[in-house]
Amino acid sequence: MPSPTPEEVKGLVAGGQSGLIARLLDSDIYASFRSSWVTMIAAAIVLLCFIGAAFAPWIAPTDPFNPATVFLSDASIPPVWQQGGDPRFIIGTDDQGRDMYSAILYGLRVSLMVGGLGVLLAASIGITLGLLAGYMGGRVDAIIMRVADVQLTFPAILIALLIDGVAQGMFRGMSRETTAIPVLVISIGLSFWVQYARTIRGSTMVEKNKDYVAAARLVGLPTPIIMIRHVLPNVIGPVLVILTINLGLAIITEATLSFLGVGLPPTQPSLGTLISIGNKYLFSGDWWIVAFPGATLAILVLAVNLLGDWLRDALNPKLR
Amino acid sequence: MLAFVIRRILQSIAVMVSVALIAFIMFRFVGDPVNQMVGVDTPQAEVERLRASLGLNDPTLVQFGRFLWNALHFNFGVSYQFRLPVTQLLAERAPATLELAFTAALFALLVGVVMGVYCALRRDSWLARVFQAVSLIGVSLPTFLIGILLIYLFAVILGWLPSNGRGEVVKFGNWWTTGFLTLSGLKALVLPAITLGLFQMTLIMRLVRAEMMEVMRTDYIKFAKARGLRTRAIHFGHALKNTLIPVITIAGLQLGSIIAFAIITETVFNWPGMGLLFLKAVQNVDIPIMAAYLMLIGFLFVTINLLVDLAYGFVDPRLRVAMRT
Amino acid sequence: MSFRKWLLAAGTALALQMAVSPAGAVTLRYANQGDLKSLDPYTLNETTTNAHLGHVYEGLTSRGKDLAIGPGLAERWEIMDGAKKWRFHLRKGVKFHNGEDFTADDVIFSADRVRAQGSNFQTRVPKGAKFTKIDSHTIDVELESPNPILIAQWDTWYIVSKKWAEANNSAAPTPAAATTPSFIALNANGTGPFRIESHQPGVRTVFKANANWWGKKEHNLTEIIFTPIPNDATRVAALLSGEVDVIEPVPIQDIPRVNSSDKAKVLAGPELRTIFLGYDQIRDELLESNVKGKNPFKDVRVREAFNLAVDKETIKARVMRGLATPSPLMIAPELFPQAGFSSKFDPERAKKLLADAGYPNGFEVGMDCPNDRYVNDGQICQAVVGMLARIGVKVNLNAQPKAQYFAKVLKSGGYKTSFYLLGWTPGTFDSHNVLFDIHGCRADGSPRGESNLGGYCNKEVDALTDKILVESDTAKRNAMIKQAFEITTKEFAYVPLHQQALAWGVAKNVELNQRADNSVLLYWANKK
Repeated sequence: MPSPTPEEVKGLVAGGQSGLIARLLDSDIYASFRSSWVTMIAAAIVLLCFIGAAFAPWIAPTDPFNPATVFLSDASIPPVWQQGGDPRFIIGTDDQGRDMYSAILYGLRVSLMVGGLGVLLAASIGITLGLLAGYMGGRVDAIIMRVADVQLTFPAILIALLIDGVAQGMFRGMSRETTAIPVLVISIGLSFWVQYARTIRGSTMVEKNKDYVAAARLVGLPTPIIMIRHVLPNVIGPVLVILTINLGLAIITEATLSFLGVGLPPTQPSLGTLISIGNKYLFSGDWWIVAFPGATLAILVLAVNLLGDWLRDALNPKLR
Repeated sequence: MLAFVIRRILQSIAVMVSVALIAFIMFRFVGDPVNQMVGVDTPQAEVERLRASLGLNDPTLVQFGRFLWNALHFNFGVSYQFRLPVTQLLAERAPATLELAFTAALFALLVGVVMGVYCALRRDSWLARVFQAVSLIGVSLPTFLIGILLIYLFAVILGWLPSNGRGEVVKFGNWWTTGFLTLSGLKALVLPAITLGLFQMTLIMRLVRAEMMEVMRTDYIKFAKARGLRTRAIHFGHALKNTLIPVITIAGLQLGSIIAFAIITETVFNWPGMGLLFLKAVQNVDIPIMAAYLMLIGFLFVTINLLVDLAYGFVDPRLRVAMRT
Repeated sequence: MSFRKWLLAAGTALALQMAVSPAGAVTLRYANQGDLKSLDPYTLNETTTNAHLGHVYEGLTSRGKDLAIGPGLAERWEIMDGAKKWRFHLRKGVKFHNGEDFTADDVIFSADRVRAQGSNFQTRVPKGAKFTKIDSHTIDVELESPNPILIAQWDTWYIVSKKWAEANNSAAPTPAAATTPSFIALNANGTGPFRIESHQPGVRTVFKANANWWGKKEHNLTEIIFTPIPNDATRVAALLSGEVDVIEPVPIQDIPRVNSSDKAKVLAGPELRTIFLGYDQIRDELLESNVKGKNPFKDVRVREAFNLAVDKETIKARVMRGLATPSPLMIAPELFPQAGFSSKFDPERAKKLLADAGYPNGFEVGMDCPNDRYVNDGQICQAVVGMLARIGVKVNLNAQPKAQYFAKVLKSGGYKTSFYLLGWTPGTFDSHNVLFDIHGCRADGSPRGESNLGGYCNKEVDALTDKILVESDTAKRNAMIKQAFEITTKEFAYVPLHQQALAWGVAKNVELNQRADNSVLLYWANKK
């Protein structure tokens, strides 16, 4: 085989980076998005949630995380339209006198942050290990994949529960207020990385035999550069789908851990914590404490999943 | 072939040892079991004596060795909370979890298959759309929220079904207890089984739908149609039968996760099973129970995976080659 | 097993199930949030466990419905030699559940056993007390120093059969950390009105009425089935659906719902437990604070500010939904009169005091709080965080399950707390216990002040406490107690919050006596 000229190599390498954005904005996908009103509504809801979460400090009437502005004497006020309602609190207050509307916005913020960071952490671990395993092969591959196998043996929620328990045990004595968020992010990150690693490994093994990689190697580019600059952009497409689907799972995981009492503390409630607080009052008639956060969580996760489903179908030509 | 089987089994053992190591190391660092066991006015010397008597002062490696050795003999020690052998505690709670898991799996399989077949055959009917929507909700809502919702609806508002516990149970033999034989036992089973099975049900429904649609497109169904067989015979005699093999495999693989997910369901419904025992153990830093439970679940998954792998290995010669690499 | 055989077995089992309860049997089903973990009466000194075992075992004394001390296995006793010597006349004709006679040997055996290593009740009987058998039913107890309240906690020092325990390898008490299950932790043999039929720890325990009990029966039950239901909502649901007859506790937010149902009602009353806040005033620098090099709580003005900042009435109204008695003292009004003591709520003055003490902008401090031990404990702490925020103190709340909480803040954990919430019921139902255990100066090797987590110390109070122990003149004694409490409240040793209320859920067809120490004693229950 004659060795390619430097110009040819450059061309090959550039061609390898067939733009991810371009692929996303592929008119086909865009059309399928436009044609599905369910997807559009889902996207709108997710967008709304993100905006609400991002701008919570400006949108919310009160700051539920600041104890100095919460008055116990306002506790357990029902929504405005019910008898005993108070116009200051549209959908009522919780057992500490926090405005439910503000608490939900802030809770959304926490849930999305923990879920998002957790998924990003999972993706970075998974992508790194997947690239390494796929590109290096041999012993590195074997070790990484064995670890993945062992981990796949257990459901993610069980792993998250365990990691959370271990972490809380290690930070014993420290306030949950300071440890909860990093611990949850780590729990989620370490529970969800396998899927990314497997996907990336698979496509990397295919990509690494392609000409442009061989070419890049020939030019003498260092392995890390090849992996990051050339292989990665070509294998990262499916990750987007997993990312979206996992975001829903991560939010659920966070909520479940908080509900089981090993997540965020009641002083900094996420949606899961709010539901867990409200669950105590289910029988006593204070339905609004559990109903509104519950509905918010359900709608958010549903919308994220719908979006993920659509993205998967749209990127998978076999189903069209 | 024998080499393949042996390698698979050795791999499974290696996985189990790593699970044991992880279980042991992790739990060694969660909390201090001694503080759980002493009262307010226990003298410090007594505390130290306890640490020594529990072997908590030995080197970690020695403790792990002891742990493995005991695990091989089904000896997971004595629960710090109950002062009973962990094996006995798990065995006492196992019937509750197994009955719940079995009912949930049965529910998921039956309802899931029926809904899946319907959705595949009547793709565009409104009921199929409703089923699709239900399935989406089933995967989207967190288990605990579904449980709360069902409790609120059927226990608080309507008052039809109990919100917790197993109801009245009947004892069989030495340790098996069943809730299948009393009315209150059956009623108590309904809500938790639905909560636990809903996720698997949607999974099965989606799978059946996809598989069935795929099978319907195959030549052999076309031939059957061409031969003039009745639609019903084609759908249920040929198409469904071909669909069910992968479905049952998946359902089998999912049995392990049903038992693991029972932790949440059992907590919401105060179901006296192994999951509740595990969660309480986490809260009380009851290391022996946590370790044994993790090993048990690990063993369950590894065994199921091994069996499935072996079965496929025997069935599919292509995989036999692939697995060797 | 073939299907038919299986069906047959199932049918038989069902028939047996239906046949077990004979006509006229009265079964009371009782659910508590806590487990009955060990049946050994010396393993765990905790109100609920003691109450459960009180159905089966008995002490030399007993406490009545109003907590008054009365005779138990001892018919009467004499105090001699200025309370340095006590003589107990044991009840004759009492039999253990296995048919053995109860004699002086059992008491002497139990006295040794309760003080042995591994017992959680070692303080019940003074270390130096000498037990002498006079005859088969008379015992002398000689003490090293006078102790007029020797028998204050003997109602829960349960007498164990010597022969039975020795025959079953249970002569030594089962420590809470036993690595092998002991016989006595799973079986019971007492003299009480009920015996244990079966015991599945964490699942259910069945008590059967003891037909041969020596006392006068005040219940109409043949059987008690006890189940632990830790989850609040499920416990209430079980009561409302009629699955259980008695539950303890009813979460206060669910009280109106229980009362509005046609099946059950709530028995509520004041409990003797005082809930309070404490702060570390012994370390030179707080473990969890942004103030370095000094301890703000050593300054009495800071402690007063904390007292003034907490609005006990709002906590009562909102968090406790009316079911609490705000308290200016560290002891319940039923146990010591609160006349002459009061507490104020004045955040403005609190701010000023903080400024005077050198903290015009407040400071930061970590707070430890259990979230599954006392009534709405987590919510109380959260409310306190808000109230202190308003005087500029930023509290970092660490609300945790009781297992982790106690492991951190108690002596065994090294008192690792800067600010905490705790509840205290004096085991003796007497002020001396409060002054000795939670106000006494801590010292190594002495039980004094062992539960004084913040390390408050005043030698004058200690001296008074010692005098209170041996004073037998009630008026003089009360004057001294009052004097001691005046010192501790003036120095703001603690922030007393309230006495929580106890709330039991009881089916309408059950009559029950509610004792103020929160012991659910079903030998006073009648079910129609």
